[in-house]
Amino acid sequence: MMSAGIDRELASRLLRQMMEIRQFEDKIMELLAKNIAEGGSHLYAGMEAVATGVVSMLRPDDYITSTHRGHGHAIAKDGDLKALMAEILGKKTGVCKGKGGSLHLADVSKGNLGANGIVAGSLGIATGAGLSMKIRNTGRIVVCFFGDGATNNGIFFECLNMASLWKLPVVYVCENNLYGMSVSVKRASAVEDLSKKALAFDMPSETVDGQDVMAVRQTSGRWIEHARNGKGPSFIVANTYRYYGHSRSDTRTYRTREEEKFWRERDPIKLFSARMIGEGVFTPQEVSEVEEFVTGEMEEAVDYAIKSPLPEPDELYTDLYV
Amino acid sequence: MREITYRQALNEALMEEMEKDQDVFLLGEDIAIYGGAYGVTADLWKKYGDRRVLDTPISENAIVGVGLGAALTGMRPVAEIMYIDFIGLCLEQLNNQVAKIRYMFGGKCTVPLTIRTEGGAGRTLGAHHSQSLESWLIHIPGIKVVMPSTPYDAKGLLKSSIREDNPVVFIEHKMLYNTKGKVPEEEYIIPIGVADIKREGSDVTLVTYSRMLLVCMEAAARLEKEGISTEIVDLRTLLPLDTETVVRSVKKTSRMVIVEEDCKTGGTGAEISAQIMENAFDWLDAPIVRVAGEDVPMPKSPVLEKLAIPDAERVYRAVSKLAKET
Repeated sequence: MMSAGIDRELASRLLRQMMEIRQFEDKIMELLAKNIAEGGSHLYAGMEAVATGVVSMLRPDDYITSTHRGHGHAIAKDGDLKALMAEILGKKTGVCKGKGGSLHLADVSKGNLGANGIVAGSLGIATGAGLSMKIRNTGRIVVCFFGDGATNNGIFFECLNMASLWKLPVVYVCENNLYGMSVSVKRASAVEDLSKKALAFDMPSETVDGQDVMAVRQTSGRWIEHARNGKGPSFIVANTYRYYGHSRSDTRTYRTREEEKFWRERDPIKLFSARMIGEGVFTPQEVSEVEEFVTGEMEEAVDYAIKSPLPEPDELYTDLYV
Repeated sequence: MREITYRQALNEALMEEMEKDQDVFLLGEDIAIYGGAYGVTADLWKKYGDRRVLDTPISENAIVGVGLGAALTGMRPVAEIMYIDFIGLCLEQLNNQVAKIRYMFGGKCTVPLTIRTEGGAGRTLGAHHSQSLESWLIHIPGIKVVMPSTPYDAKGLLKSSIREDNPVVFIEHKMLYNTKGKVPEEEYIIPIGVADIKREGSDVTLVTYSRMLLVCMEAAARLEKEGISTEIVDLRTLLPLDTETVVRSVKKTSRMVIVEEDCKTGGTGAEISAQIMENAFDWLDAPIVRVAGEDVPMPKSPVLEKLAIPDAERVYRAVSKLAKET
C-alpha cells in the first residue's frame, strides 16, 4: 500500500463509494432472491477499488465505457443510485427509462457511454470517443473498462492497434478477475500475464493490485495524465476478484472456496478502512458511520425503485429513432 | 443540366457536407491516399488532410465501433466498409451497438453515423466481393438502409444520410459507379424513406431498387412496344420502407413484380410481398411475382454470374406472363 498521507475528505469519498457499490450489489442479490429483480445481473462486489480508484482520477467531463459487470462503473461515474436501481428493475424512472437494464446502464450526460451486453463490445466505442476527443482537441480522455475475457476477442486487438497507431487519449483498464464466466485466464489465454498483450502494439502497460484503491489511483492517475498530455493510450491490468458467481445461476464449481477466502481477506473495503484507521484518518466509529449512511441511501434507492412506475405500453416504440 | 457519374455525385455529396460541417469526417480502408477502392473519396484527403480523412487498418469491426464512439461524442463520421461482403466482420458492432444504443439508453444519445458500403454482382469477382446482403440489414430495427440507383438520388440521399441523427447504412452498387445522370449544380437533398416513381404506367407495378432499376427500365421499354405499360417504383430506402407508395401503385395496376438482386429466399422482396399482402391484397388481380437473385454463392465465371442475377430478359418474361394472367 501507498504510505503517503491522504486527505480526509477524499478518503471519505472513496470509502463511501466503495461501500455504495458493495451494498448496491448485495441489495440486488437480495432482490433477485426475492424475485423482485428479474432477469440476470452480473455483480461487481469485490472489485470496488478498480472503478472507484480509476474514476476518482478523472474529470467529470471525461468519458468511460463499461462492461456487462457495470454497476460499479456507473456508480463511480457519478451515477444516481435511485435511477440506477430503478433501471435494474426495469422502471420508467430508470436512468435509461427501463429500456436498458443491468447490462446497459449508461448516462451519457455524465460521461458514462454505457455498460455492454457483449464482451469487448465497448472497446470500439471507447476508441472512437478517444478519436473524437483527439480530433476536436478537447483535452478530455476516455477510460475503457473490460474484463480478462475481452482480451481474447478480435476487436480488442483491432482497437488497441488503432489507438496506439493514432495516439488516442484512451486508458484501457483490464479488470482481471481471473475468470471469463467459468474459464480461468490460465485456460483461456496463451499469455497469462495479460499486460504483455499491449506489447504487440507498442503500448505501455502496467499491472496493479486491483484490491488497493490507493494503488489503483496512483497507477491510473499516471496513465490518465499521460493520455491527457497527448502521449497516447496505455493498458492497465488490475488484478481483482468477483465475490459472486458470474451471474445468479452460477454455482462456482470452477473455483475453490479456499481461493474465495484468500481474496475475501484482501477485500478492498476492509483493506482501505484498516489502513485509514491505522493512519488515524478515521476512527472505527467513523467507518461504521459511513457504512450506516450508505445503508440508509441504499434503502432509499431500493424503496424508490420498487415504488416507481413501470414504463407505459406506448414507450415500446419511442427512442428507437430520433 | 450537366451529367455526372454516380461516383462523382457521391464524391460531391461528401465534399459538400465536409465543407458545411466541420464535425463530418471519413474513415475506412484505403479511402485517403488511394481515394477508395471505387474512387468515391478521391481527392478528399488532399483537400482535408489526415485529420478528416483517415485510412484505417483492415479492422472492420473497429471501424464501425470507432465510428459509433465518435458519433456518440459529437462527431458526424462517415465510415466506409469497402465491400458489403465484409459486413459480417462488423455485424456485432452494427447490430448490437450502433443500432440499439439509442434505444437501450432510453433515447439519451444520438448516433449520427453513416456507414457507406457497396455491393452487387457484375464484375466476376466471385462469392466474396459480389453479394447483395441488404436483407440482413433491414432486419435490424434502429438503423436505416438506403440504396440509391441514380447519380441524382445518390447525391441527395448521401447528403441526407450524413445529416441524419440516426445511423444509416448507405449501400452503393459497384456497377453503377460509372453510370451517368443529370445532377443539378445547385444544392438539394432527398429525404430518406421516400420511394420514387421512376416510370409511370398502368398495367403492372415493378418494385425495385439499386442497379435493378436499370434492368427494369430496359425491360419496360421493350414491354411498352408490346403494349404493356409498367410503373416502376424505385424504393431508394429499404428501411424504413415506403409501403405507402408501393401500395398506391399496386392499387392502380393490380399487379406487382418485385425485382431484386439479392438471393430470393428471405430476401427484401419477401418483405415487400408480405407488406402488400397485408395492405393491398384486395386490389391484386394476380399473385405477386419475384424476379430475384438465385440462392447460390456468386459464381466467378461470367456465364454463371449472369445466370445468378436477374436481367432485362427475365424481367420482361415475368411481366409479360403476369400481364396476360386474368
